[in-house]
Amino acid sequence: MSSALLAVSGLSRRFGGLLAVDDVGLTVEAGQIVGLLGPNGSGKTTVLNLISGALAPDSGSVMLDGTPITGLAPHRIARRGVARTFQIVRVLRSMTCHENVLAGTAFGALGSWGPAARRSADDLLARLGLAGRAATPASALTYIDQKRLELARALALAPRLLLLDEWLAGLNPTELTTGIELVRSLRDEGLSILMVEHVMDAIRSLCDRCTVMNVGRVIADGPPDVVLADPEVVRAYLGSDDA
Amino acid sequence: MLTDALIAGLTLGGMYALLAMGLTLQYGVARIMNLSYGELLVSGAFAAHWLFTVAGIAPLAALLLVVPAAFALSWLIYRVLLTPLVRRAPNREALEVDTILATFGLLFVVQGVLLVMFGGAYYSYSFFAVPVHLPGATVAANRLLALGFAVVVGALLYLGLTRTRLGTAIRAVAVDPVAAQLVAIDVRVAAAFAFALGGGLVACGGVLVSMFLTFNANLGVVFTMKALIVVIMGGVGNLLGALIAGLILGLTETFVATWIDPGLTLAATYAIFLVTLLVRPQGLFGIGRR
Amino acid sequence: MTPRRLIVSAAAVVAVGLLACVPLVFGGYGLSLAINLMSYTVLATAWALFSGPTRYVSLATVAFFGIGAYTVAVFGEVFAWPVVLVIALAIGVVLALIVGLSTLRLSGVYFVIFTFGLAELVRQLVTWYEVNVTRTLGRYVFIDVTTAQIYWQLLALAVLVFIAGILIRRSRLGLALRVIGDDETVARHVGIDTTRAKVTLFALSAAFITVTGAVMAPRWTYIDPAIAFNATVSFQVLIMALLGGAHRLYGPVLGVVPLALLFEVLTANFPNHFSILVGAAFMLVVYAVPRGVAGLIEEGRGSLRGPRRGLST
Repeated sequence: MSSALLAVSGLSRRFGGLLAVDDVGLTVEAGQIVGLLGPNGSGKTTVLNLISGALAPDSGSVMLDGTPITGLAPHRIARRGVARTFQIVRVLRSMTCHENVLAGTAFGALGSWGPAARRSADDLLARLGLAGRAATPASALTYIDQKRLELARALALAPRLLLLDEWLAGLNPTELTTGIELVRSLRDEGLSILMVEHVMDAIRSLCDRCTVMNVGRVIADGPPDVVLADPEVVRAYLGSDDA
Repeated sequence: MLTDALIAGLTLGGMYALLAMGLTLQYGVARIMNLSYGELLVSGAFAAHWLFTVAGIAPLAALLLVVPAAFALSWLIYRVLLTPLVRRAPNREALEVDTILATFGLLFVVQGVLLVMFGGAYYSYSFFAVPVHLPGATVAANRLLALGFAVVVGALLYLGLTRTRLGTAIRAVAVDPVAAQLVAIDVRVAAAFAFALGGGLVACGGVLVSMFLTFNANLGVVFTMKALIVVIMGGVGNLLGALIAGLILGLTETFVATWIDPGLTLAATYAIFLVTLLVRPQGLFGIGRR
Repeated sequence: MTPRRLIVSAAAVVAVGLLACVPLVFGGYGLSLAINLMSYTVLATAWALFSGPTRYVSLATVAFFGIGAYTVAVFGEVFAWPVVLVIALAIGVVLALIVGLSTLRLSGVYFVIFTFGLAELVRQLVTWYEVNVTRTLGRYVFIDVTTAQIYWQLLALAVLVFIAGILIRRSRLGLALRVIGDDETVARHVGIDTTRAKVTLFALSAAFITVTGAVMAPRWTYIDPAIAFNATVSFQVLIMALLGGAHRLYGPVLGVVPLALLFEVLTANFPNHFSILVGAAFMLVVYAVPRGVAGLIEEGRGSLRGPRRGLST
């Protein structure tokens, strides 16, 4: 357990009368991709929000590389090496693509500023297939390119753990193949990834392990093939509109 | 002395609660942060004063004229001035900034009109100022009458919002405008109605306040401020929260004015606001959002 | 890029030089008008320094301005002038920190509400203190300073506020503020300490406004709380910055010049209807030119040169 890069245990969060996240535990080993699955409304995004600090948990703990980050402000968690994308893409609309990525470079773990930061922002844009768009306003990008930009900004933080919230959703088959390749290459460089995802192809080909949630609780945890064959998981998915 | 202060505090608190209910309708339902809110209260007070001293119409009868007029005026303001802003705003934050600015301008226009008409002097009139002897205290009857009316109006509003179809529609818009639209609620009409209703309430508050307080054309800002603080303290959109927060504010102010110094009431208001911000910014009865 | 920057810098130096000569050429009414323009330039630019990029509307300009003026009224004859300015600055910054730390970690509405009543609160507190403690409501300001000196001090402040604006714009803090203005959630998740960035800028903006109040105080000779904390000042600064365009450093000046002149005409001719006319003018700005003159200039350029970056959504 102590070797895990991310160790979440006993995590709970209530909204009024609704227990959105109920005693959730999960781990991400260094260099692994872990899928966080479950039907809509099962609390996956809330778990990401609790890890990234967007929300504070009512109870439970989040450990990053052995140190607790539970309930810290999001900017502190970001600086410790946790970057994320959002379920509904959030780019900085009034700023250029270059400035969007620079925002990650400037305040992340490296906190670099000046010519070196600008170069690394351009490199990241190129890597995500946005070379030549540096001066384009983010609002002028297509939806897919905004998703790319958002990932570039997250990577600019030089994170150890990347939280992807349905980043592969809405891509066409070609884009999906490129996207899967990209995520895999990030893992191969040593990045650990926790991804909320519905695209089964991506889950099967990328995830080392999967954690499945239903109505706020973890109902299965293990290798993708095993977990996806679990009767309770099948029931959870078929029992909702989201199967 | 304690009973005196208690009754004075409750009366004032009841007024604040009424004002906060109107404001929470405008902000919570219509999503309009209305900085000119207090100006309508002062306008209501002046209208009552004018009707009483010039036309000889009692303030309670004046309510029948002033409240519908304020409702219609607020409806008009929403339709003509605020709808364009609602249409052009890309998101809720942008709308908030736009409405803050527009109603800030409106504040100065209305205040200017009142200053031209009435000058900066303080006004008051004597209506039903007979002393009523209660155990431990003597209170002017107009104060009790105002409090009684505030209670009745507040209760009617509460019942209207919780027991009627229209009320349910309004509350649905407050919770989730998009979902409300999906169940065939005309959000724009509901928002306009809520805004107008808020205007009617604040004018009603103005008439009631004029029965027992002196007022002048510059008082609007302070009333807006207090209503805003009560709304925040009670939790945006929460009528019961507004009632309790209003009473807390009214009592605190009266106690400070009675035992410390009347010049420090606004300071007391701010102190309460500061504590709310530091301890429970979502309000006494607000819940954290997802 | 470099030659262009050189030209701009040279032009700025020449402009400041010319502006510095104003008191030598104009006297009386001309100079007093110039002082008016210059003080509003500092106020509106300092206001936009914080509220422009973050879109947190501060309605408390006159709270700080009045504190500056009152500090001079109280300490003007006790300490040397620079000391008085430092005291004013310190009080302004402390108040800004109190406001900022209690509201700026929350959403923008709390900040607006707090600043909305702040001037009235400070006015009542000062009144209470003067009535109960010092027993001198209303003070005379006798400071040995000429009108020209006041003008030069304001010019120096204007130069400083522009330099501060340029430095911030190029700094990491400037980027942080723009990110906050666009999407505060994203800002926090890329590692920006949003509260600290906002509080820092608000305090800086407040510092400029407070010192401007102090510098302007000797213009009055008599001050009481109602004069020093007149809400119209907050309002005028806001409308000037908005008309010019708060998202650009040069924007507010574009609003200051026409409006300060307009207000001059209005106060002279319609003193009783001033508030109504200014309120109406303000609403006109909000509806007709939401991004200010600077926004119009950008759009004009944009249609000539193709898509360009805009700062407002």
